[in-house]
This record gives sequence, structure tokens and C-alpha cells, in this order.
Amino acid sequence: MNLLSVSNLHVNFHTKERELAALIDVSFTLNRGERIAIVGESGAGKSVLGFSIVNLIGKPGYIESGSIKLENKELTKMNLRQLQEIRGKRIAMIFQDPMMTLNPVITIGDQLVETIRSHTKISYKDARNIAIEKLHHVQIASPERRFNQYPHELSGGMRQRVIIASVLLLNPDIIIADEPTTALDVTIQAEILQLLLAICRDNGVALVLISHDLGVVSKVAERTLVMYAGHIVEEGPTLEIINDPQHPYTQGLLNALPQMTLPGQRLNQIQGSMPSLAERPSGCAFHPRCPYATQKCREQQPRFIYSGVSSVACFLVEDMLNEFAEQDQEAN
Amino acid sequence: MATPLIQISGLEKAFSTNESWFSQWRFHQGKLKRHKDSVHALNGVNLTINQGETLCVVGETGCGKSTLARVIMGLTTPSAGEIHYLDQRIDQLNNRQRMFFRRRMQMVFQNPYASLNPRMTVYQTLSEPISFHNPQFSQAQVDEQIDELLESVGISASSSDRYPHEFSGGQRQRISLARALSVEPDFIVADEPLSALDVSVQAQVLNLMMDKQEERNLSYLFITHDLAVVEHFATRVAVMYLGRVCELAPTRTLFSAPKHPYTRALLSAIPRLDSNIAQPIRLIGEVPTPTEKPIGCVFQARCPYANQRCYEQSPAMVLQNDGSSVACHAIEEGRL
Ligand SMILES: Nc1ncnc2c1ncn2[C@@H]1O[C@H](COP(=O)(O)OP(=O)(O)OP(=O)(O)O)[C@@H](O)[C@H]1O
Ligand SMILES: Nc1ncnc2c1ncn2[C@@H]1O[C@H](COP(=O)(O)OP(=O)(O)O)[C@@H](O)[C@H]1O
Ligand code: SF4
Ligand code: SF4
Ligand SMILES: [Mg+2]
Ligand SMILES: [Mg+2]
Repeated sequence: MNLLSVSNLHVNFHTKERELAALIDVSFTLNRGERIAIVGESGAGKSVLGFSIVNLIGKPGYIESGSIKLENKELTKMNLRQLQEIRGKRIAMIFQDPMMTLNPVITIGDQLVETIRSHTKISYKDARNIAIEKLHHVQIASPERRFNQYPHELSGGMRQRVIIASVLLLNPDIIIADEPTTALDVTIQAEILQLLLAICRDNGVALVLISHDLGVVSKVAERTLVMYAGHIVEEGPTLEIINDPQHPYTQGLLNALPQMTLPGQRLNQIQGSMPSLAERPSGCAFHPRCPYATQKCREQQPRFIYSGVSSVACFLVEDMLNEFAEQDQEAN
Repeated sequence: MATPLIQISGLEKAFSTNESWFSQWRFHQGKLKRHKDSVHALNGVNLTINQGETLCVVGETGCGKSTLARVIMGLTTPSAGEIHYLDQRIDQLNNRQRMFFRRRMQMVFQNPYASLNPRMTVYQTLSEPISFHNPQFSQAQVDEQIDELLESVGISASSSDRYPHEFSGGQRQRISLARALSVEPDFIVADEPLSALDVSVQAQVLNLMMDKQEERNLSYLFITHDLAVVEHFATRVAVMYLGRVCELAPTRTLFSAPKHPYTRALLSAIPRLDSNIAQPIRLIGEVPTPTEKPIGCVFQARCPYANQRCYEQSPAMVLQNDGSSVACHAIEEGRL
């Protein structure tokens, strides 16, 4: 059985004029210990998806329909108390800004101790020892001294390590990390990613890594989902997606990277920009920016099909596959 | 032959962090002593920016990149050192004298949301600097120049009556660039102009900057933490660490043969688009805050090759055979 399965998820934002769809028919699965990435430009819906998984999507957002199952438990049907249980112990979240999770007026040590004691009945002293051991585990130097410090006394990289330590304390099955290294320096980014990767591997924790950086993704995730305007448009093994992207949007994202053109040459830009929720184009939402768009793309929504490399929602790929199938039939 | 446009020598900048007189007194070994806390953001920077080149500055948070940019632009005064524009010294100018250079040198900031005035339309944003720097222009000439500029950065002239919030991040950054270009500068300082933007939008802005450089023989000082952008865009690269330049090299040389221990660690940490995870060189510890003026090499605390000399003596920049310059004792001594 899949550890997590999201099926036909629709998430809306409520506005005075009308309901705006932020996620449309999103489905994917995550196995135990697997690491997947969600990529796409800003506004694609990556964070909304991350929040929705643990049903943390706040007003005016709400889950309109669909199912999110953690093994056999349906998360969309749970009450607040049951959800809180899941959020702490089974699914943990790491955000871009560690201060979203850390309390600025409590020492980091006390925050960790509080986390431990909220679900295990042990003495302060024992909890302190566990906390220090975890700080050590996430490679924080002199953890005894850091234990008594406040979040503002730590650098961004160290704060993110503390978050990872606190996540480890709960021993979750899934970590959802929303741009966990975007706010950090390159040298520190690499260290934090290595740490996250090692921790997931060593403890068999599954990871959902949300990122707009394909370089980051290629190092960590086995499978990648590409999002555009609230849809998943391509899904497949990370290596295949990077080496042989099928969807024109994925191709555009990869081609825009500076390393895809010779130094000094013009970069390949994707024309136009991500539409806002209120201005979602008809048919395939990517059509105004797509070099291959046809009349059909403007009118109909492409379905998700397996191309042989990855799963893609694009008429170009679908038509190509149909053509091959016809040729096959004629040959027989 | 490269012609120097901007020359910077021995540049230092210290910010005092306890300005008030009362907070400067401390008890120390039974005596009351006066003590000023300061942050040494720049500790002797020497750099030349040539005409028509892109000099990229890279380095971790807090190493002094933005401070360097601000000092060059005259937005803050240096504590020591000199800056020359062609053969004129520009670090000690009063506001009036600076006017001439304001027109020659422009700055583009990281955050396209904050750097444009939200209450001014694009037309107002551009007409102000154009008429200011060209007092002889008629209204029609100003309008004509605005239309031309907007078209050149890919914004339709008909949207000039719109406000910044009506544009996307990439469009706003292109408008910031149009504003910088509006006074026909020779030199543009861009401090992380891409980091608030998606890759696809970054490509638009970089393409525009390259086009303009070609058209006008512009020089750029380009600050970024994205090494893929550096590799693509830079003519030469300056690597900074704690307020000093530790390596300066032509781009291709820097990426194919990085020399300084910090540069090596920095390059090994870039997430690349392939799966064979090269083990990044782990740096011990994080960037210290430079509250003391450093003695010896600024990189000593994190350097695997540090020896006694590194704690005592600051390494000077030494020109290497392949055209790069490096400040490191281990390299000079042949230990590395
Ligand atoms: N006005 C100021 N007062 C006090 N300290 C300052 C001031 N401006 C900068 N600093 C300090 O000077 C050092 C260099 O800062 P600077 O902003 O130049 O770094 P940077 O290299 O641009 O970093 P980033 O990559 O984060 O933009 C830092 O330690 C910073 O905290
Ligand atoms: N509270 C909200 N109210 C209305 N729209 C929202 C809200 N939060 C997010 N959105 C919209 O939902 C879309 C997806 O947002 P998000 O998931 O944050 O994107 P990203 O992929 O950058 O993480 C965007 O168009 C965003 O503007
Ligand atoms: S369905 Fe059409 S518009 Fe959409 S990505 Fe494919 S070819 Fe382009
Ligand atoms: S001078 Fe010494 S401390 Fe500095 S980088 Fe070279 S070896 Fe390391
Ligand atoms: Mg987001
Ligand atoms: Mg800066």
C-alpha cells in the first residue's frame, strides 16, 4: 500500500466574486522512504499543495473535493485533534523561513524539550539529554551552549538545522519541506540538503521537497512532479525528466537555465508569465506561452498519459503517441 | 586591451553598532573603558572594473558585497581607501560634485517590489530622471525617449500609465533597468537583481542586460550568489570573504581551475543538473561576523590548510601564471 495517496484533489480560494481554483485534479502517490520533488514557477501552486496535504490550507482556501490518504486514513475527513496528531508525529513540515516554526522568545533547547515532553512522559533532564543529542546529530557545534540560546542568536543555516532536529524528535514517516534552502547561502544550502538527504535515507523517512531550483531537486529526489497553474503537467523519475523532458513547460524551465546555453549567448526564455488564479486560460493553461499550441490546446484540457519516459498532460505528446500506435497497427 | 573604468584601492568600511555615547562605556578589569562596537564590512578591497566588462562578485551572506556596491555608488562613505572613475577620485565628493557621476553610474536592486515607487506610474518613474539629466529636452523629446526605452526593455509603451503593482516581478525588474538606462550610464551596479525571480524570468532580465551591454559598451558590477549565472555572464569574477577579495580571475579560469581554498569549497557546493553527487567540500563552521578587524587571513577559522603564518599575517593578492590572482599563503608557499 502507498504511504500517502492524493487523488483528484481540488483546492479553491473563496473570494467575493467567485471561487478561484488553486489546485485542479491533483493526484500522486508517495511510498515509504521515497523522495519526491515538486517544481514549478512561483504561483504554480506548490505551497498550496504542500499545505493541503496536512490539511493546513487556511481560510480563504479550502479543499473542495478529492482524497488524501495516509495509508488507510482519510485526512480530509479528520477533525482538528486527529489532524494535529498526524501533523506532529507522522507528517512534519519544514518551511523556507525557520522563524515560522521557531518561537523567538523561547530558547531553542526549551523548544526541543517541550516537543519531546508533549508526547513522551520523561523528566526535563532526560529530555534535555535527548535534545542535545539531536542537536549533535544535525551537526550543530557545541550543542550544550546552543541549547540555551535564542533563535535570533543563530544564523539562518543553524536555525534550519534546529528545525530538522525538532522534526527528527518526532520520528515522522513523511517530511514536507517547502523551499527549505532557498533563503540560505550556496555553501550552507548544500550542507543542509546533504543533512536532509542523509536523515531521510538513514531513517527511512519519505520526503516531499518543494523547490523552484532544478539543480537542488536533481540531487535529492528520485521522482519529480512539475506543476503549472494548479495542475501537475509532468511526473516521472527525476533523471528522465531532466535529461528528456516531455512537456513543453518542463522543457522551457530547463532550457532557461544559464548552463543550457554557451557562456555569453542569449538565454532561452519562456515568453509570458504564470497566470494568476483569476486569469487561468482555457484548455491547456500553458497554451498562451507554448510554442506548439494548436486550436485544440485552446479549447480542451489534455489528459494525463504515460509517454514511455514520464507521465505528461500535453496534446503534442498524445498526438505523437497516437501516430506511433497507428503506424504500429498498419505495420501489423 | 582592457581600459579601466573604475579603480578601487584599499577600500575599508566599518559600521559602528553602538552609536550612542553612553553605550560605549564598559567595565573591563575593574576600570571603566570606552569601547566602540563595530562591524568591519570591508577590509581592504582592491578591484578594477574595465570598460565593457561584467565583473561578478560572489561570496556568502555578510561578506560585504552589498556594502561594496553602496560604497562605490556613493550611498555610504568608506572608512579608508580610494575609488576612481577614469582618472577622477569620486569617494570624497559632495552632493553637487557627485551629480555628474550619478548620471554615469546607476544601480539596480534585488527587490523589484521595493525599488520602484508604488505611487508613481511607469511614465512618471522614467520622465523624472530623463528631464532631470537632460534639462534642455522638450516634453515631446522626453516622451519619445520614454517610449523608446520601454520598447527596448520589452514593455509596451502603451502601458506607461500603469503603476508598478500592475506588473509582474520580471516586468518590474525590467522597468528598474529601464530607469537605470534612462540616464545613459557607462556603469551599472546590480545587487542580486535576479534572486527574487523565477528561472524563466531571470532569463528575460539577463538577456536584456546582455543586449544593452553590447549596444552601449556598458560595464557591470554584478552581485549574485548563483554561480551558473556567473559562469554564463561574467567576464571576470571576484570572490569575496569577510570583507576581502580572496580570488580574482577570468571566468573560465575560475571555474576550470579554482585556487583559493574558499573558492574551491564554494564551487564544489553548486547543485548541478546531474545526479553524480560530487561530495561538496565541507566547510567547518559558518561565516563569522567581523566585529574585530581581522588579523591574518580572513578565512583562517574555516580553512583546512591554515598554519601559524595564516593567523599572523594577511596574505596579499599574487598574480598566477593563468591570469588569476589569489590571496593565500598556502598557495604562495606551494603547500597547495
Ligand atoms: N548599516 C549597517 N550597520 C551595521 N552593520 C552593517 C550595516 N550594513 C551592513 N552591515 C554588516 O556588514 C557586513 C557586510 O554586509 P553586506 O550587506 O555588505 O553583506 P552581503 O555580502 O551583501 O550579504 P548578502 O549576500 O546577505 O546580501 C555584515 O556583517 C552586515 O551585518
Ligand atoms: N490566501 C490566498 N488567497 C488567494 N490566493 C492565494 C492565497 N494563497 C495562495 N494563493 C494563490 O494560489 C496560487 C498558488 O500559490 P502558491 O502555492 O503559494 O505558489 P508556489 O508554487 O509559488 O508555492 C497563486 O496564484 C497564489 O496567488
Ligand atoms: S497541450 Fe498544447 S499548449 Fe499545452 S503544452 Fe501541450 S502543446 Fe502546449
Ligand atoms: S592564507 Fe592560510 S588560512 Fe588563508 S586560505 Fe590560505 S591557507 Fe587558508
Ligand atoms: Mg511557495
Ligand atoms: Mg547583499
